[in-house]
Amino acid sequence: MPAPDAFLDVRDLRIHFPTDDGLVKSVDGLSFSLQRGKTLGIVGESGSGKSVTSLGILGLHNKRNARVSGEIVLDGTDIVSTDPETVRKMRGRRMAMIFQDPLSAMHPYYTVGAQIIEAYRVHNNVSKSVAKKHAIDLLGRVGIPQPSSRVDDYPHQFSGGMRQRAMIAMALSCDPELLIADEPTTALDVTVQAQILDLMRDLQQEFNSGLIIITHDLGVVAELADDVLVMYGGKCIEYGSAVTMFEEPQHPYTWGLLGSMPRLDRGVSSRLLPIKGNPPSLINVPSGCAFHPRCVYEAQTGGLGSTRVPELAEAGRGHLVRCHLPVAERKRIWHEQIRPTLEASS
Amino acid sequence: MVTYIIRRLFGAVLTLVIVSMITFGIFYLVPRWAGGTAESLASRYVGRTANAEQVREAAHGLGLDQPFFVQYWDWFKAIFVGRDFAFGATQAHCPAPCLGYSFIGRNPVLPDILDRLPVTASLAFGAAIIWLILGVATGVLSALRRGSIFDRAAMGIALGGVSLPIFWTGLVSLVIFSYNLHWTKPGGAYTPIEVNPAEWAYSLVLPWITLALLFSAAYARLTRAGMLETMGEDYIRTARAKGLRERTVVTRHGLRAALTPIATIFGLDVGLLMGGAVLTESTFSLPGIGKYAIDAINANDMPKVMGFVLFSAGFVVIANLIVDVVYAVIDPRVRLA
Repeated sequence: MPAPDAFLDVRDLRIHFPTDDGLVKSVDGLSFSLQRGKTLGIVGESGSGKSVTSLGILGLHNKRNARVSGEIVLDGTDIVSTDPETVRKMRGRRMAMIFQDPLSAMHPYYTVGAQIIEAYRVHNNVSKSVAKKHAIDLLGRVGIPQPSSRVDDYPHQFSGGMRQRAMIAMALSCDPELLIADEPTTALDVTVQAQILDLMRDLQQEFNSGLIIITHDLGVVAELADDVLVMYGGKCIEYGSAVTMFEEPQHPYTWGLLGSMPRLDRGVSSRLLPIKGNPPSLINVPSGCAFHPRCVYEAQTGGLGSTRVPELAEAGRGHLVRCHLPVAERKRIWHEQIRPTLEASS
Repeated sequence: MVTYIIRRLFGAVLTLVIVSMITFGIFYLVPRWAGGTAESLASRYVGRTANAEQVREAAHGLGLDQPFFVQYWDWFKAIFVGRDFAFGATQAHCPAPCLGYSFIGRNPVLPDILDRLPVTASLAFGAAIIWLILGVATGVLSALRRGSIFDRAAMGIALGGVSLPIFWTGLVSLVIFSYNLHWTKPGGAYTPIEVNPAEWAYSLVLPWITLALLFSAAYARLTRAGMLETMGEDYIRTARAKGLRERTVVTRHGLRAALTPIATIFGLDVGLLMGGAVLTESTFSLPGIGKYAIDAINANDMPKVMGFVLFSAGFVVIANLIVDVVYAVIDPRVRLA
């Protein structure tokens, strides 16, 4: 998994939150890496640790209530162990974030321009007028019409799609090498979603930045990602190229995600195949494989499922899966049972 | 923005008219419910030796024998055109704007109130500056160090502060700092600012602090709650994600949003105090509007009390108007509304 030319290398990341009810292990031993110009999709249900991971990469966890360990190395600097002031100076300049709901993520009292100008001027010693020109230029590049007048509008005067474009402009203001998008299209309607995804793809190529896209929407992943990381209960349970993940996924949870994805090409009569049960508690994580209480194939592991945590093991070229079932058996189930079922409903 | 202000201005004028009606109504009806007649009310303004004819003449001269709406109109009209009273040997002129004429003091009410306004204004603004700084600073620090010893101590003191009445804290501080320690002047020793600014501040320092402590307690709690709320907002996380310094995040993003409700309450509180800080002025014997009102009530001088009520209401309405306009400046989302 670690590529030699990776500029972001996350090693054994653990983010735990001590609470009155116990230790919440939001992220528990996560490793991945990313190259410039590539897109990684992190997929999982609510509470699987996706957003906590992204905030961790930005170094935004408060030392008072979060315990962060492991390494997040961005171009040679470890964000976990470096002093907070250095990390602050990296934030926005070398890594930037696009948030889910642009209405609540932008300050209601400041104009869109002022917020972009602020982001640019923290890291660049330029005058306000220079920064404003930069902001207008950025707004134009993300496709906002009449940027020189819209720059003085407040967020509430923008439409949802426009706000997300402005948010992207803000994230790009300092030309960061790493861009993290946390559910960037969830708050938008479907037609706007497609526009925003197109925009992000174009801008990523233009800026040649690494992109991490966090989502529960496999459609978004299919659209943008080169590699996919599936998270469950704070751990990576499957990792591979986007092609592999859609052609030959090997984890029963990934199959579940695929089965529960609505698809227009399957017609309205097809039923979704939801995953039974609920996401695991992050305080009392199920013993053994965290997915075993919901896994249909648990019986085939010979009791291992509830007793031993499976290793994240190689299951093909660049394909890692955390599952007790033998690789051959997983491939058989996918090709003989799951894939026909998914396609049968079309 | 201009239409917004005009609309609010119109509302403010309407409020004042309604307040004047209610005020006049109360002062018209209550004595009559208590069995008062035009003659019995007028008899207070003529000497004890006056006969029934003189009393009736006085009642007519004062307009007390007129129906309610005529009396109200005469009183209301006087605010714009002034009013003349004549009965027996008494000739009284109350020039516009006439908020009433005191027959006990034999003078118009408004000049008296205006004379006392600087005292009340000095008290209100001095205290307001202290409590705003003290309250907001304490509230912000408490919110940022939530659960710390500072937070608990500050909130404990604040709880005490809002609970203790001013006539108690005022008297206790007078006893300690003025009579025992002689650090400050005793009550009633007011020096106007134009006479000697240093003496002015010195004579007001104790009332300022006493009044400010009461209000800072409330403001500290309010600011703390507001800061805790805004610091959890998504846009604060965005501000941090931009790489802003924590100080900038707290002041420019957190405090800016948390101050909006504070600005509202602040405007109303200052407006209310400008119309007479009755308890504080009485406790410290300051010759302000509040003291004037208490004296008028004790002397049963109804025109004075009515003038005071309308004058105070005017300040609250003006304060409301200012708050509305300031609100639109602070929160851009209000402007379209």
